[in-house]
Amino acid sequence: MEQSFLADYGITLMVFLPLVGAAIMMMVPGKNEEAHKTIALATTVITGIIGGWMVVDFYRLGSAKWSELSYLIDRPWINIINARYTVAVDGISVPLIALTLLVVPLVIVYSWNHIPQPGNTKAFLMLTLVLHTGMLGSFVAQDLVLFFVFFEVVLLPMYFMIGVWGGENRLYAAIKFFLFTLFGSALMLVSFLALYWVTGGTTFNMVGLAEAVQSNDVKLSTQVLIFAGMFLGFGIKVPMFPFHTWLPDAHTQAPTQGSVILAAVLLKLGTYGFIRIAIQILPEASIKWAPWIGLLAVIGIIYGALGCLAQTDMKRLIAFSSVAHMGYVMLGIATMTDFGLNAAIFGMVAHGLITGLLFFVAGSIKERYHTLEIKRLGGLLISAPRMGWILGLATMASLGLPGLAGFWGEFPAILAAYSPQEGISVGLFRVYMVVAAIGTVLAAGYLLWLLQRTAFGRPSEEFENDPAITDVVPTEWIAWVPLLALIVLLGFVPGLIFDMTDGPVTVLTDALAAAGK
Amino acid sequence: MNLLLAAEAVAVPTVFNYVWLIPAVMAASFLFILFFSKRLSIKPHLVGVPAVVGSFLFALVIAFSWIGYNGDVNEAQAGPISCAGGEVAVGGSNHDTEAAAEGEGEGEGGGESGHGEQRFSPCPVVNDVTWFQNGGPASEGGSDITVGTLVDGQSVLLLVVVTFISGLVHVYSTDYVAGDRRYTHYFAFLSLFTASMLFMVLSSSTLQLIVGWELVGVCSFALIGHWWEEKPNSDAALKAFLTNRVGDIGLLVGMIILYFGAGKTFDIVAINEAAISGAISKNTLLVAGLFLMAAVMSKSGQFILHTWLPDAMAGPTPVSALIHAATMVVAGIYLIGRLYAVFFIGFGISGGTLNAMALIGGITTVGAGALAFVQDDIKKVLAYSTVSQLGYMVLALGVGAYTAAFFHLFTHAIFKAALFLGAGSVSHACHHSFDMKKDMGGLRKFMPKTFWTFVIASGALAGIPPLAGFWSKDEILVGAGAFPGTGGNGTYWVPFIFGMIAAGMTAGYMVRVIWLTFFGEYRGHETPHESGPLITTPLIILAFGAVFAGLFNIPEGFPVLGSRIGEKFIRWVEPSGISSFPTIGHAKPSVALALLATIIGLATGLLVWTYYSKLYAKDKLATEVTGGLRDKNRLARAGHKLLVEKYYLDHLYTGVIAGGTKGPVARAAYWFNQNVLDGIINAAGTGSTIIGRFVYRFIDQGAIDGAVNASGFGAESSGEVLRKVQSGKIRQYATLMFAAAALLAAVFIVAV
Repeated sequence: MEQSFLADYGITLMVFLPLVGAAIMMMVPGKNEEAHKTIALATTVITGIIGGWMVVDFYRLGSAKWSELSYLIDRPWINIINARYTVAVDGISVPLIALTLLVVPLVIVYSWNHIPQPGNTKAFLMLTLVLHTGMLGSFVAQDLVLFFVFFEVVLLPMYFMIGVWGGENRLYAAIKFFLFTLFGSALMLVSFLALYWVTGGTTFNMVGLAEAVQSNDVKLSTQVLIFAGMFLGFGIKVPMFPFHTWLPDAHTQAPTQGSVILAAVLLKLGTYGFIRIAIQILPEASIKWAPWIGLLAVIGIIYGALGCLAQTDMKRLIAFSSVAHMGYVMLGIATMTDFGLNAAIFGMVAHGLITGLLFFVAGSIKERYHTLEIKRLGGLLISAPRMGWILGLATMASLGLPGLAGFWGEFPAILAAYSPQEGISVGLFRVYMVVAAIGTVLAAGYLLWLLQRTAFGRPSEEFENDPAITDVVPTEWIAWVPLLALIVLLGFVPGLIFDMTDGPVTVLTDALAAAGK
Repeated sequence: MNLLLAAEAVAVPTVFNYVWLIPAVMAASFLFILFFSKRLSIKPHLVGVPAVVGSFLFALVIAFSWIGYNGDVNEAQAGPISCAGGEVAVGGSNHDTEAAAEGEGEGEGGGESGHGEQRFSPCPVVNDVTWFQNGGPASEGGSDITVGTLVDGQSVLLLVVVTFISGLVHVYSTDYVAGDRRYTHYFAFLSLFTASMLFMVLSSSTLQLIVGWELVGVCSFALIGHWWEEKPNSDAALKAFLTNRVGDIGLLVGMIILYFGAGKTFDIVAINEAAISGAISKNTLLVAGLFLMAAVMSKSGQFILHTWLPDAMAGPTPVSALIHAATMVVAGIYLIGRLYAVFFIGFGISGGTLNAMALIGGITTVGAGALAFVQDDIKKVLAYSTVSQLGYMVLALGVGAYTAAFFHLFTHAIFKAALFLGAGSVSHACHHSFDMKKDMGGLRKFMPKTFWTFVIASGALAGIPPLAGFWSKDEILVGAGAFPGTGGNGTYWVPFIFGMIAAGMTAGYMVRVIWLTFFGEYRGHETPHESGPLITTPLIILAFGAVFAGLFNIPEGFPVLGSRIGEKFIRWVEPSGISSFPTIGHAKPSVALALLATIIGLATGLLVWTYYSKLYAKDKLATEVTGGLRDKNRLARAGHKLLVEKYYLDHLYTGVIAGGTKGPVARAAYWFNQNVLDGIINAAGTGSTIIGRFVYRFIDQGAIDGAVNASGFGAESSGEVLRKVQSGKIRQYATLMFAAAALLAAVFIVAV
């Protein structure tokens, strides 16, 4: 019974439950804020329970099953273009689903007393729930059209979140975010359609397309062009240098909750897309593109770090650091090796937890100090010692300290670059390796300078006796402790993720190795 | 080849399976202090001290078990031992025959022949579990990444040293740090540091070593910056961390090269075996070795990455003793010893040609010794002295004197801890000042215990017989093989000369410290006093060690004592006859060299003493000559200035490199981001708006109003945003995008 329930309805229920919650909220008057918070939280918790049940059950299936698609649901959807409602999970998507299931409820808990200006709890939480569905859907979709729909569903709620609840320059940031992503999506769609037609127009199923590309002997030049479209679509979402300029603006302007979701989950749609779609379907083109992906990745690492060093605003600094961190993820992907891809997936989860936490803390600092200008901060460890400690731990994790989660996304990616997949220039990637290793020094630089200027020292006169500056409050504890615990736990038990991703990644790299020969 | 597995002959003591408890206890102590100590109002030292004492006792149990096991294996063994259970590689490979042949040419030849019968050590005892795997399990072509414990002479030595010094520092701190604003935090980090250090020392894989390496680094960061309210302290902490990060590039890259070189494994025994058997090419070993040297340079304060270590004295003094003198800074030495086969073969140490390691060590030991002469801060003198002594150890490893290096590590940990703790005791008496010239002088009358322990430890450092440092320093000088009749791994003239110069310098600057601190007239205010028993007891214990620790490895030929207690390090610590350790040559001790080095030391010491006593005769409060050489001679002035400015390295690092990156480079990158990249994007935005207007003007007049009104990003109110989304720009762009997409798709399908 359990098995069949999960297998038949599990994923569908998990993905669409947040929409049901949103629908219920629609019927409740906006004035009743408590009710909205309760409904939103209950919805995400129930979603989390169903999803968590699935994650645990999946874990218990054992390593042999982790590389297969589980809880597969496959129903006809849009017959005329052979698009189907196909959803399933495997070892690559489960860690990301777990991350999403965790982060969204935490965001809602945090929102309990942190609804950003101009208020309107109802709309804000409804948008969060819609985002939830879009993100979960993207991670379970096994059909390109379905994936595209979910991928786009995410766009509008985030646009409104930034545009309505954002900072001073929110309109510019929101439109930039929207247009950038839309531009990428359009090219991605072109690629999807092209892929559909060159393989005979029979299926949008990812696995099916991967097989069809091989059996139809699609020309390599065609594959390379199709990959280019996906590259842009996913690369903008990641974001990769030089398509990253929407990110600092979006992050800086977005409300805390928006920044957290954006950093923790949304960016991963891009990197996930690379692994799940681009590499799985087009292994040969992936090998051809790898040097370019790697190049942009290491540029991103250094460039993002330099960008961070130039910042005077804490939130913008954290935003820029995402460019550098996602550079490591992309470097891992670019190596097209097992170690690299494992590192990339680990890096996605780690970055989600760590940067999510950093944005939470930045949001709380802003709320207390009404500024994030680094110059004016200082002495956080005196004014709010616990928060200072949490910031310290988060920065240490972010700079890739071993024993914390960040390390396992970074070091293995650098390692993998030493010996990339067959067919990829070894010399080039060794240069990338050294550049990426230099990036770790810069990362330590900007993060420790941030810590020094915000947490160490004494509070400036302006904030010395400010009663508004309190230490961590209960809702913050609830929202942050799970992230802190996971950052430490994954730091010491990296196998929790690596063991799960290794199987499916090996399947991918076998195909890549064959393609590289 | 005579193949015999150790496991068949002698049973491995089961206690080695529980060695993980030692770091685990310290980690538990850390967690307890951090989370419960305040809540349950238990004084943190009541948790930390018992934990570290327990760890020390258990480390002793391990040490005695190792000694027994070591002896049993040696007796039972008849031939070389393969540690991986595969083919025995000792003496059988390309590298090794070459090495042995070269060794043979010099002095007594490769290996044990100089010491009579061949000795056989047990293989390192490894207990590990799979941390995670990659590319499937190792049996199916992937690799298992393991974490565990590795027990051998080297790790047992460090277990004892770390827990011993840490224990004394814990006790000392209960008085020294009493009443500190963050007493709990201090003890929590002492525990965490000890746990991390032990975790690193016991590493069975290079990856685990990296983790431990960084964890001790972060503890060092936290403790240097213990008083982070003051900016110089947090600056020092940052400098330590960032300098070490630079070295870590080498650590990461070096380990990565070895990982692939040894066939996708982080296993330390396997990497060493692969290095010896020739599975990793000599060039690869050289490159990996050079990268790893960068890590050694930063962690163990070798020139030119040593600059953080003197600054690290901003931390509490017991921390300086524990972390920045006795334990963490020897991590680099430990690393070289751990992968000695890699360095030994990669750098061709058995050849006698000068290699990077010996050279770096040599330059460091002299360069830092010179800097120690111009410091007025007693802790900074000791810090440069530490750098200089670490240079000695690196030099020793660079000339193949493995045992001498670890012997010196052992004695140095004891007498340098004594010196730092002594300096702390002095500063306790002098109102927390460390300035010898301003606030000290004549203290021998006020604090006799501190004075005598300090003098003994200084004597040990200066290499005065029969104190501990004499034996270990002598072994290093002997190991260089340049002195007639010593042999060793080759004739290393340059390191030998550096070593002799440094030996003279050490005595000189220590006499200067002792004179300025304990002799002359007291120059501070109020009356100083001797410290309490919690401070002096550790000093006395360490001074006792500084006298006797050297006896562990006195030459076998030494009259009476030698045959009874001598050469324990060679027996207990140095691996021999196993496949994971290179065959190294041993130099023969020389009485003449010992005499020469002692005379040089005494002579410089005397010279400095005379200088200060003459000064004292003229003016009882003077600390330096006025109108001396420095004022008369321009060259001397320039030399002095160079030393005072610490060779201008700090200006280069902080001012030029860090400042340049943080300033102009970062700003330029950001300017590029805001003006070039974003400029393009914004121009594209404006461009599309114009095109959009144009298109709509001709295609759809009806849409024009909304589009034109919607241009410009300035509007603020949220209602306005929603309205705009509804009406103009977004829909306009979206339509354009999808029209373009459809068009492109069509082109695609037709063209491809």
